[in-house]
Amino acid sequence: MDEAFRRGLRLGLPFSLVAFLLSLSFGVLAVQAGFSPLQAIVMSAVVHAGSAQVAAVAIIAGGGGVVPGIAAGGLMNARFLAMGIALAPSLPGGPLSRGLQGQTVVDPSWVLANRGDGTFDRWQLFGSTVPQYVGWVSGTVVGAFAGDVVGDTDRFGLDAVFPTFFLALLLVELRDPRTRRVALAGAVIALALVPFAPPGIPILVAGIAALVGLRR
Amino acid sequence: MTIWLLIAGTAVLTVLIKAAGPVVLGGRELPARVMGVIALTPPVLLAALVVTSALADGQRLQVDASTAGVAVGGLLLWRRRSLVLAVVAAVVVTASLRALG
Repeated sequence: MDEAFRRGLRLGLPFSLVAFLLSLSFGVLAVQAGFSPLQAIVMSAVVHAGSAQVAAVAIIAGGGGVVPGIAAGGLMNARFLAMGIALAPSLPGGPLSRGLQGQTVVDPSWVLANRGDGTFDRWQLFGSTVPQYVGWVSGTVVGAFAGDVVGDTDRFGLDAVFPTFFLALLLVELRDPRTRRVALAGAVIALALVPFAPPGIPILVAGIAALVGLRR
Repeated sequence: MTIWLLIAGTAVLTVLIKAAGPVVLGGRELPARVMGVIALTPPVLLAALVVTSALADGQRLQVDASTAGVAVGGLLLWRRRSLVLAVVAAVVVTASLRALG
């Protein structure tokens, strides 16, 4: 447990730097959308899910209501449903304990903890989430207070951070050649659905490509 | 007040979504065929996340400066360079193209 936790801390470190950059852009966006710095920081501290936070803030910034904002965030988080189902057999304890352990899932931790055989190393998961949480909250603090100075984050190319970050996680998975065709299928399904489904849903639906695993 | 409601609602919904799988399905062995499906979910979800975050803006598909930046970052990652270097390169390429364009 100790060793896996420490390994998680170490593996999570580079991702915490990226989380810092991502949440910096979130902080800027939130303040520009009318959030106070405190509100932006609290949201990062209690939600800790970047794409959901950005989606919810974008709805509010566009003049949408609270319910559509929450729904947009929930849809972006739909992938955590699939990740939680995958993680479930690897978590011991009662339902409450398992539900709490499930809160530590963020994309990189889930990928890092994956042993590749359908099981997950839960202590490594917990460990790698810790530095990312610190990076996530501190990036928001900087972004929320520097928002007015920074202005348009797209000008600084920060919108390239998110896809590059996911690409790094994907390339780790693709080292196993058996995963390549199914990953391609997932990408095609997601892209095909983008024009027709609300953001977030194409990712969840792409998950059905994993059903080819039933054959084995 | 609206914003605090948004924050509370998003937080609660996120907690519920993350808890659902572990609460309902945890603590027991699942059949081998199900584990086979689980083992394939990471590459599928990540591939979907990469293409949607790189190529979609809401419900619109688009190619812009960040696409080139991500491609350069991806090349560095493929050559086994570090994540931080790849992210910095992606940001610099994207920002430079926008400054020029």
